[in-house]
Amino acid sequence: MTSETAAQGDPVLRLSGITKRFGALVANDGISFDLARGEVIALLGENGAGKTTLMNILFGHYSADAGSVEVFGQTLPPGQPGAALKAGVGMVHQHFTLADNMSVMDNILLGTEPLWRLGLGRRAARARVAALSRDFGLEVDPDETIAALSVGERQRVEILKALYRDAKILILDEPTAVLTPQETNALFLTLRKAVALGLSVIFISHKLHEVMAISSRVLVLRHGRLAGSVVAAETDRQKLAELMVGAEITPPAPSKATPGAPLLVLDRVATEPQGQRPGLHDVSLSLRAGQITGLAGVSGNGQGALADLLSGLALPTEGSLEIVGERVTGWSPRAAIAAGIGRIPEDRHRTGTIADFTLTENAILETYAQAPASRRGWMDWRAARERAEDIIAQYDVRCPGPQTRIRLLSGGNMQKLILGRVLQGNPRVIIANQPVRGLDIGAVTYVQNQLIKARDAGAAVLLISEDLDEILTLSDVIHVISEGRLSRGFPRGTMKPADLGQWMAGQGFDHAA
Amino acid sequence: MSEIVDILISASFWAAVLRIASPLIFATMGELICERAGVLNLGIEGIMVIGAFAGWIAVYAGLPLWGGVAVAMLSGMFFGLIHAVLTVPFGLSQHVVGIGITLLATSSAYYAYRLSLPEVSSPPRIEPFQPIDIPGLSDLPFVGPALFSQTPLTYFAFFTVLVVALVLYRTPLGLALRAVGENPSAVEAQGLSVTALRMGAVIVGSGLMAVGGAFLTISAFSSFFFEMVNGRGWICIALVVFGAWSPSRALLGALLFAAFDALQVRLQQTSYGTLVPYQVFLMIPYILSILALILMSRRANVPAALMTPYNRGER
Repeated sequence: MTSETAAQGDPVLRLSGITKRFGALVANDGISFDLARGEVIALLGENGAGKTTLMNILFGHYSADAGSVEVFGQTLPPGQPGAALKAGVGMVHQHFTLADNMSVMDNILLGTEPLWRLGLGRRAARARVAALSRDFGLEVDPDETIAALSVGERQRVEILKALYRDAKILILDEPTAVLTPQETNALFLTLRKAVALGLSVIFISHKLHEVMAISSRVLVLRHGRLAGSVVAAETDRQKLAELMVGAEITPPAPSKATPGAPLLVLDRVATEPQGQRPGLHDVSLSLRAGQITGLAGVSGNGQGALADLLSGLALPTEGSLEIVGERVTGWSPRAAIAAGIGRIPEDRHRTGTIADFTLTENAILETYAQAPASRRGWMDWRAARERAEDIIAQYDVRCPGPQTRIRLLSGGNMQKLILGRVLQGNPRVIIANQPVRGLDIGAVTYVQNQLIKARDAGAAVLLISEDLDEILTLSDVIHVISEGRLSRGFPRGTMKPADLGQWMAGQGFDHAA
Repeated sequence: MSEIVDILISASFWAAVLRIASPLIFATMGELICERAGVLNLGIEGIMVIGAFAGWIAVYAGLPLWGGVAVAMLSGMFFGLIHAVLTVPFGLSQHVVGIGITLLATSSAYYAYRLSLPEVSSPPRIEPFQPIDIPGLSDLPFVGPALFSQTPLTYFAFFTVLVVALVLYRTPLGLALRAVGENPSAVEAQGLSVTALRMGAVIVGSGLMAVGGAFLTISAFSSFFFEMVNGRGWICIALVVFGAWSPSRALLGALLFAAFDALQVRLQQTSYGTLVPYQVFLMIPYILSILALILMSRRANVPAALMTPYNRGER
């Protein structure tokens, strides 16, 4: 058992020997730590290290098998979310707990008044929410319905909910996973204000630079145990990453590419806009064999339109699409698969997998109608299962077995299955849309190395990412997309992040046009 | 055409509209409460039958009329409790449970009827609620006889709409109820019990449905007979959708449906009645409600978690 005492003052929160088992899995193994007033602790760990379980115990969603939680010296009764709330613990969940069709005010007021009371006291509440918004820099329109808010605004509502209930300890579970860099900065400002006002924060993340930026102390969880506790100022990203993974990390370093023939060529293509988001305008692009083409851009600038077009989900309204020199007609998802385009979709939960299907079923989603998965219109489940087992073994998908529902897998393992599904088909072209978003370091490195391997084997890879570091590391040639327009290609090493940033903001396009 | 105008300007027509609407209003409010909390209650048809029977037999056995209303409500709450236990903590399919409750409650009512009155060939009559006048209002020309010469239960139906609307939009309880139908994990995260809120809504809502059934036996007619609910429960489910889950708009829907129903009865007496079989007139309210539903439900605000059982700890 590891114990770590905070440096100054009485702890506002003390966890002692928390242990939680799910069947044979020990999710938390004797975890103890203290949180001081005005302190920001980062809880760092890979997916499945036990961070979320620990916080759910603290918040009373689960009851621990052993150990206790003390808030301001009082032991919390296990398994009662109400008790943690009353004691001043506020939690901002990774998946927001907001009612989408109700207003911001209604969501904040929910559960704050005794149920059997007339009137909601909206006027006083409104004044209080306005004051909190001002003090903590959480700007949001109280009368707007949640559905109309951006993700960043929704998170502000979640934080306001906690503050409205006089939370003294804020727990934020992966708060930045869904935020843009600007929104992340705003969140950090809010947290600094909160700490200055005497609140304490537990910040759960696996993004190292954020952890370094916001926290004073970092607790690292690995396989359910506290693997280390370090002062943020005295460590660096490399050390934290190694504590997290328990081994040395080697970031991917692709060798020099040997580009071959163009496999997929877009010539002056335009597509329909997607709701609020732009379609493509006059886009010409050539994806060459043995090359990773990086697509940089701020989210929502036409990346989705390009990915949909190349995946067969959208048709060009102008221009032409050629695959291996042949002009494409009758474009559809099935035609894309047949043409040898492997697709790693942006949202693995929504379009990449079917949550309640097994790994086997998900492994053959694109090929179920062909041998070996089916013959003469009948499914061959044995062959399908063998295929799934192949992927599981070859791509290191950690799971109980091929008959497990994919919903139960972590994001990283789900992504490995999708990756395996794509790569096993030996695709000529790979469309990787945000392939490592939300994954932990181990999985990120793995997926990136696999893409490099596919490139070296002669595939044309299109890497769409909002992470400039990733684009700069992996891409042999970089295009920037902005409002549906595509820049020319910049070879590796010719562009600095700041240069790309200018293109991403739409400069450079004007005189090019 | 003038015959239709004659009907529309007669006070008795409007009095009939309110009378026909009353059971629909009770049951629609009951269904609306259930659905706002996230539970579709298809037991409504059977619960109306058991309410009609229980209210009537209680009065027949000597209870006062309001006692009958109370007994009807309790009978509905009992079947609501069964529905709630099966759909909320057990999380069973709301469709299947609802149909089961309708079959169970209906046959329980018929069975109890045969058991309690084995000898009779035609059901005995009770002395039902009589219209009461409201001083001042009932003496107004046209409006008085049209709107203010109703039985107490009809006034009570309108009062119920007011209470439901106030609770839903102006109290912490109503806020929690609406939230539990939108996103139960939001409610759980605030330390409230999803199970208690949903079960409470289903039980209370079912009680209201049963009062709607009892209206038929102890206010509209004076007796209980088979098939008397005659699909009114299903109409109420449609009315909730038509009203986009808002009490006031659902009330409007109930009145509209009742107006068509009152109109078709009167149309049968006119010269049109000789032109087409009377069954065509019987169809009018249903055809019009389907049309209205098509038009209205396009902008419906379905509670996001309707028909989604909530299991704690599952994402």
